[in-house]
Amino acid sequence: MANTILFMEDIFVTFDGFKALNKLNFSVDYGELRCVIGPNGAGKTTLLDVVTGKIRPDSGSVIFKETTHLDRMEQEEIANAGIGRKFQTPTIYENLTVRDNLELSAKQDKTVKSMLFGGMSGSLGAKVNETIEIIGLAGKQSWRAGLLAHGEKQWLEIGMVVVQDPDLLLVDEPVAGMTESETENTADLLKHIAEERSVLVIEHDMNFVREIAKRVTVLHEGAVICEGSIDYVHADAQVIELYLGRG
Amino acid sequence: MERELLSKRLEEKFGGAFLVTTALFFVVIMPSLNAFTSPDSALHISGFTLNLFGKFLAYAILALGLDLVWGYTGILSLGHGVFFGLGAYCMGMYLALSIGAEGVYKSTLPDFMVWNRVKELPLFWKPFYSFPFTLLAVVIVPSLFAAGFGYLTFRTRIRGVYFAIITQALALSAWLVFNRNEMNLGGTNGLTGFKKILGFELSSSGTQRGLYIATAIVLCGAYLLCRWIVNSRAGRILLAIRDAENRVLYSGYTPSNYKLFVFTVSAALAGVAGALYAPQVGIITPGRIGVLPSIEMVIWVAVGGRGTLIGAIVGAISVNWARSFLTSSFPNYWLYFQGGIFILVVHYMPDGIVGLVRRLTELTKKLTGKRKLSALTPSGDPSSVSG
Repeated sequence: MANTILFMEDIFVTFDGFKALNKLNFSVDYGELRCVIGPNGAGKTTLLDVVTGKIRPDSGSVIFKETTHLDRMEQEEIANAGIGRKFQTPTIYENLTVRDNLELSAKQDKTVKSMLFGGMSGSLGAKVNETIEIIGLAGKQSWRAGLLAHGEKQWLEIGMVVVQDPDLLLVDEPVAGMTESETENTADLLKHIAEERSVLVIEHDMNFVREIAKRVTVLHEGAVICEGSIDYVHADAQVIELYLGRG
Repeated sequence: MERELLSKRLEEKFGGAFLVTTALFFVVIMPSLNAFTSPDSALHISGFTLNLFGKFLAYAILALGLDLVWGYTGILSLGHGVFFGLGAYCMGMYLALSIGAEGVYKSTLPDFMVWNRVKELPLFWKPFYSFPFTLLAVVIVPSLFAAGFGYLTFRTRIRGVYFAIITQALALSAWLVFNRNEMNLGGTNGLTGFKKILGFELSSSGTQRGLYIATAIVLCGAYLLCRWIVNSRAGRILLAIRDAENRVLYSGYTPSNYKLFVFTVSAALAGVAGALYAPQVGIITPGRIGVLPSIEMVIWVAVGGRGTLIGAIVGAISVNWARSFLTSSFPNYWLYFQGGIFILVVHYMPDGIVGLVRRLTELTKKLTGKRKLSALTPSGDPSSVSG
């Protein structure tokens, strides 16, 4: 467990009798880029909701970096503890500039008082510049974010999460609706980001998963049914039956 | 992007000039035309008109605060009449006590208390003998009330239409409560019959002019305060909350604290507006704090242009000017007009009067071919968007 950044044990989540997570046991190691796949309703997004504090599990524990009990914390506390989340649909501040989007997201004192009276520190500006380069939007930093293309919005949101400097980055279906070349760029972007932190990606697109993941976890009916390399998972009879075979 | 940058430029370029000219016009020129020109002169502004504008400017102060909450942060409040009323009633209590024993019943108690057989001044009235206390109260009472109400609603993540409905219920219940004689606030008739403020006769044109000037100055101050807030980094968080509250939350901010802050500032401005309204209009009744007046306030902001501070001021003044013009010329048609203008704005002018003016200017520029391309290309200079 010493090498584990996220540890989830015996998690149960029920919605009106439907078991969204059913004795889920799951963990992510430091520095890992993990993909979670599974059919619709398998509990993938619920898993992220539990980690980020949006949903409190009925029972079970969620432990971050060995000592932090996430299941007892508020959503913004979890964010400040070092977990960033990229939503499925691009969720950005459409009426602010690309640069403002990143500046506001960057790691800093986020109380009303400091945002009202304080200016921005120089080191923060450097961090924003660096991120803007990584996500490839340097030429568009003074654009109103709402005018970006769909793929660019996704990258901007990934940038907003990265500039928060999280230790664990959760990404929900980043390439849905992207063109082929956008998907390729996103794969490179995520691989680059994963060099310095742990990344957990939920994705449907098998080619994309094959491109980025070393380890893949398959969820079904709220529990892990298979975990391993992409080839191992691909060869698993139950997985083929449940998920891959249908495609 | 074009519109964003252009509006920013417009605001930067004309915001300062607009403020100075408007301030000069309302603070100096209007009262001077009232005081120093003869009533026969074409330039003369009557005491009646000045008093009317005093009321409009008080409404504009409230509209600024409402715009912070609705236009910038995206929280629709249908209960701002309550905060306006709290400020107005605080001032009204001071004014009612200033009448002294000169009321109809020659009692030191306000007339309605004599009429309701109240023998002794209720305890909560006593501090309002003091003018400094009253000034504090018109800010603090609505702020505290808004802070308590906001704490309970924002913390439980009540938003959008649910928040609007709850604030509407608040306006209704406040109206019911203020109507009760047991509240010792004059019941349905409210507080009226004011004679003096700080020893000056309210009926004298000099006092009314002074109140008008005070209102105009406070409006300038309120504009500067709001401008400072929306231009700060916190101001950008307010816009961010409006666009994507979940993103703000997952970036580690506590949106409810920002909402609480802006809602409280807004309530304070509404309270100050009410306090300036009471002595100029001479009466405050529960009719000014219920559901309908609260909705009218939202209409002012929508008509002027929400999300721009200038729009809030323009809306409050123009709608109320149209109202007083129409209610005296065509008394039966005002409500139809108000309804019509609201529908018109919602359907055809989502950015209100300010947005319309902006679009027309752009259109004229396009037509005359004088549009400068350089003004529209995005500047890569980070300093232009930070700070």
